[in-house]
Amino acid sequence: MSLSPLAIVLLAVTLLLGVGFYGLLVARNLIKLIVVLQILAKAAMLAFVAAGYGQEHMGLAQSMVAMVIVADTVVAVIALALAVQVRRHYGTLDVRKLTTLRG
Amino acid sequence: MVELLLILVIAAVACAIQAIRAERLLNSALWLAGASAFIAMIFYSMGAREVAIIELSVGAGLVTVLFVFAISVAGDESIEGRPAVPRALAVMLAGLCVIGLIWLLRDLTAPTPTAASASALTNALWHERALDVLAQVALIFTGVIGLLGLLAEPRSAHAAETHTTPVEGSQQKIAARATTESPLELQKEAARP
Repeated sequence: MSLSPLAIVLLAVTLLLGVGFYGLLVARNLIKLIVVLQILAKAAMLAFVAAGYGQEHMGLAQSMVAMVIVADTVVAVIALALAVQVRRHYGTLDVRKLTTLRG
Repeated sequence: MVELLLILVIAAVACAIQAIRAERLLNSALWLAGASAFIAMIFYSMGAREVAIIELSVGAGLVTVLFVFAISVAGDESIEGRPAVPRALAVMLAGLCVIGLIWLLRDLTAPTPTAASASALTNALWHERALDVLAQVALIFTGVIGLLGLLAEPRSAHAAETHTTPVEGSQQKIAARATTESPLELQKEAARP
């Protein structure tokens, strides 16, 4: 097999980003949109690890991935809190219905 | 190494696709946890061992618990109708993104170097990127405040609860909600142990 581990991981990054972009375009549920954001953040983490592997600076890459994990978790917490409050306030999680509401 | 990595990558991407395709939100969150676990295994096999452990415990554990909690609070809602963008167009745009990324990354598939030593993480984290650690601490506090938003009750029930014993508090909560809610819901509330 001619593929190197770096090539395989970069392929995974591109595939995960593609899946994430597709999900962002298709998803209509707010909580599912947060799931899609998590997938995109995981692709970014994988890209950091691939870069660290290619450049042999795995310590630096790992410190950045740790930062991304913390930021990503906080984003998930705040977005889920917003989704729960939106559901309480408007009674729906459908993004299309939320855009047509007035007032 | 290469075969194992290929299997892990295929499993992670399949889990991600299933997370988007799943009809129920709970299934979606569980597939996301699976993808997170496979990505943690990829990290470990690439030599990023410490981060693999953090990803497995935070990404596959804590975030999944948060999702399940939020879904149980907000409720699973089946949304009918077509998505905002037609599926064929979405597949085409995502495919274009993938092709463009592969074209950008075509020269980066260099031969494999050796994996770095594990002790370099502490050096990078505490000496080179100490500011990041401070930012992470601030972010964690932001997350705690966000969690309070997730757990927050509606205001009328919360105001009646202060400075009372639990039993009095629950009675006062029912009394406070009597003005705003239907009698059926109040009966359900009173019947709870």
